[in-house]
Amino acid sequence: MVIDFSRQLHYVWALLPEIILCVSGMIILVVGVTGRYREAHLAVEGELEPGRSDDLGWLALLSLSLAAVANAWLYGVTEVGVNSMIAVDQFRLFSNWIFLLAAVLGILISFAYVYRQRLQAGEFYALILFATSGMMFMAGARDLIVVFLGLEVMSIAVYALTAFNRRDRKSAEAGLKYFLLGAFSTGFLLYGIALVYGATGSTNVAVIGEIISSGEGSQNLLSAAIALLTIGFAFKVSAIPFHMWTPDVYEGAPAPVTAWMSAAVKAAGFVAFLRVLMVGFDSMYPLWYPILWWLAAITMVGANLIALVQTNIKRMLAYSSIAHAGYLLVAIAAANETASAGMLFYLLVYTLMNMGAFAIVMSVSHHSEKRLYIDNYVGFGWAQPLLGIFLTIFLLSLAGFPGTGGFMGKIYLLLGAAESDLWALSVILVLTTVLSYWYYLRVAWVMWMKNPEVEGQYDRITVPLPMRLALLMSVGLILYVGILPSGTLEFARASIEGLGTFGGGLLGQGP
Amino acid sequence: MTALLDFVSYSDWVLHTLIWMPILGIVPVLLSNEQRVKHVAFWWSAVVLILSLGLWWAFDPTVGGMQMESATPWIESWGVNYSLGIDGISLFMVMLTTFSASISILASFNYIQDRQRPFYALMLILEAGVVGVFLATDLFLFYVFFELTLVPMYFIVGIWGGARRIYAAIKFFLYTALGSLLMLVGILYLVYRAKMFIGVPTFAYSDLLQIPLSGVEQLWLFSAFAVAFSVKVPVFPLHTWLPDAHVEAPTPGSVILAAVLLKMGTYGFLRFLLPLFPIAAQHPVVVTTMLVLAVIGIIYTACVAAVQSDAKKLVAYTSVAHMGFVVLGVFALNLNGLQGGLIVMISHGISTGALFLLLGMLYERRHTREIKEFGGIARVAPWLATAFVITALASIGVPGTSGFIGEFLALLGAFENHKVLTVIATLGVIFAAYYMLPMVQRVFFNPLEKQENREIEDLSKRELAILAPLCALMIWIGWNPTPLLDRMEPSVQVVLERFNEATLDGQVRVEDEVNEPQVINGGQE
Repeated sequence: MVIDFSRQLHYVWALLPEIILCVSGMIILVVGVTGRYREAHLAVEGELEPGRSDDLGWLALLSLSLAAVANAWLYGVTEVGVNSMIAVDQFRLFSNWIFLLAAVLGILISFAYVYRQRLQAGEFYALILFATSGMMFMAGARDLIVVFLGLEVMSIAVYALTAFNRRDRKSAEAGLKYFLLGAFSTGFLLYGIALVYGATGSTNVAVIGEIISSGEGSQNLLSAAIALLTIGFAFKVSAIPFHMWTPDVYEGAPAPVTAWMSAAVKAAGFVAFLRVLMVGFDSMYPLWYPILWWLAAITMVGANLIALVQTNIKRMLAYSSIAHAGYLLVAIAAANETASAGMLFYLLVYTLMNMGAFAIVMSVSHHSEKRLYIDNYVGFGWAQPLLGIFLTIFLLSLAGFPGTGGFMGKIYLLLGAAESDLWALSVILVLTTVLSYWYYLRVAWVMWMKNPEVEGQYDRITVPLPMRLALLMSVGLILYVGILPSGTLEFARASIEGLGTFGGGLLGQGP
Repeated sequence: MTALLDFVSYSDWVLHTLIWMPILGIVPVLLSNEQRVKHVAFWWSAVVLILSLGLWWAFDPTVGGMQMESATPWIESWGVNYSLGIDGISLFMVMLTTFSASISILASFNYIQDRQRPFYALMLILEAGVVGVFLATDLFLFYVFFELTLVPMYFIVGIWGGARRIYAAIKFFLYTALGSLLMLVGILYLVYRAKMFIGVPTFAYSDLLQIPLSGVEQLWLFSAFAVAFSVKVPVFPLHTWLPDAHVEAPTPGSVILAAVLLKMGTYGFLRFLLPLFPIAAQHPVVVTTMLVLAVIGIIYTACVAAVQSDAKKLVAYTSVAHMGFVVLGVFALNLNGLQGGLIVMISHGISTGALFLLLGMLYERRHTREIKEFGGIARVAPWLATAFVITALASIGVPGTSGFIGEFLALLGAFENHKVLTVIATLGVIFAAYYMLPMVQRVFFNPLEKQENREIEDLSKRELAILAPLCALMIWIGWNPTPLLDRMEPSVQVVLERFNEATLDGQVRVEDEVNEPQVINGGQE
């Protein structure tokens, strides 16, 4: 099918996955407030028979699979017309796969949590769907206004989800904190967009790119705009020094929300950032390259250092997610095709391994906010060997160990950095990786090597079916891309084609 | 024998089998029960050992380059192949690995009492990883195996080790990982240069050898690789993880660690460091630095070993000293030195492995490793004492044992170019006698005073079956090293040829001595 952007109606086809998610989100909202489901959360606590809230979860999964079908269908579409607001390119579709995967995993691991914490299932799942559609807008945006729109749709849903557990003080605190700081950073982004418009007279990324490369547009305004845009995005992807909210929010938010947002929100921020920089500002590479270089270096070093001393596993994983943002920033600083493909690949793998690790953390905490300290894992591996092995695989993958997807992702990023001659940054990346071994392996050693003082002091962990599905999916895919990465690598590489001109490699050396 | 091997087209499948069979062994090991699992694991590894023995005949000693090569594309867009090959340098390392894996599994029968299934599964993964390191002819594959050996060893030390096992395990892990990650950046640089030079990225060893590198680049890359391998060896200032890991590791872990894991470092010197960066490797400053570090390692650790009260720690320090001789031989950069280094690697694998086994046997009987707790054991356990004395003599390097051949050749090689350093290093041999013999005396020959020592039993049949082949090998290599040397020589010549090529290109000026050795025509690139 041909999508002609000069016809308004064709935008509906181009936005089919997003529309499906929005509509089904609203349906779930409505179904959720009908009498039958309103009582669901009143079920007696303690029994783990599937609550009625599960139905809503399956409904959400169904709509995600419909969106996936729509996304697959878009591969067969050709776009006609120039300077559309929405891109129908492989880059967007690949990013959509990441968001869909994250949402599927996020919903699968939420079933028991929503039930046990007596959360309003309808609103919970609907918000996840809304946020996912916002992320898709960001990935497909060819216009800064659409970027902003997607960002807000995503962010507001995520603010609400962060504060979703009304009975938990920490959740409320996290929600408020995230909302205030998030709104503040969005202001930076919006101001940046306004300055870009002032300098170039357009909000379309491609037009901006043409105007800048032709030498028009005020350089001063554009420099300020890039700085403001970078701050806005750096906040969303939680790069140091814009990371202050991350540990608190990740610790306070309901565990499945943390798991999902630490992967998906970051991915959305990165893909939008990448498209804006590569398409809109590629000819200003010499200007923003040192900013990204330092941002990446500081983020990697800082996050890994702070993660070393964490005792709460959610907080540790929060800092680890900041550290991964640092690795991904290396790809943006490298700004070439390999690095960008590496970024997509890494985001996919990161989604799997991070959500997998969180899924186990949730199981150990019995789908509540207890038992979240690393010391709680003493002897866990021997008590529940399969879960222990899974967590070990996730941690090894996060650490970037051969045989797992994390390793292939890191190699891809390093290959990208190599093409732009970023050797100092590569060395920083591997040295901070060594630091990260310490805190990932600490969980492994607590789990397998320390002997518990009292045998069998913990209840046996039950893993409900949806959680099992999520775990098997993530472990399977991580090992698959870790051992036979060829297909996925090619897919990521193909998804980058035609994205932009990639200013990277124009410079030779470090800043 | 050769006809039989040809008949089953042995050389087509053996290399793959040696890697994949131990990995497949996890399945029967995990499926069997706690009582039977050790037998399953042992027989599985024994079959791998028997399969690897065929290499001795199937290997063509006249060829210097890689043999039995095979390559399957793995990650095409990065130029990564699953490619294996074997030459005179890796041949003995592979056989040493399969041999010590079987021996150490056999030695764990009593030592490992709980959580047996995961233990044997990890041992088999470790075996596969180490064999993979020695067989890989693709740098990506090599790196994957190199790192893959870390995880099983980390868990073996950390779960079945002594009181400070966690500290030792994490120290081992972080030290090694730091080095190998820097090497990874080095590898990626090589690949990046390959892409510029050839047009496509490639990790293949034979392709990377073709890339012209300037002297400065070589020095940088040399340092990155050298750190990675030096941590493994370990070379002097980077050795501190080794005594901890050895002391805390369970006996089979120590055996594998000493016998093969350390060899991955020196193997890396021979396989990658010298041939890939011949200019840097011949640079006088580099050579002198490495030799000085080796000599310091030999002397310093000998001194430290002499004052240890814990017998296992003593042996652990002797490891560093022995590996110092290997580095000395390797950086002599001539035929004798390199061959000597290789023989020391084999000999150290056998004799130090045996020493750890013997100490493990003593520990199982007395539950202590303090030297002063023993005395007069020879009277109650003559076979144990005999085996220990033979092993200790081989470890010291007494003529007639394998240790002598290796150290002699290594020193001979080093003496050609670096007389003063070699003379100092030779003192290390004397020191070896100085720390080893008093230990033997205090443990086995002093008066039998303690009651507990009177009750020590002599070797069981299983233990005899472990030690007999080890002692036999030490003596056999000591009297008849020629079959080994013959098989090594062509491959070592290939390494040396790289130096001559680098010199003939006029890229670097080197000492005349390095220039002299025989130039063979028509060798592998």
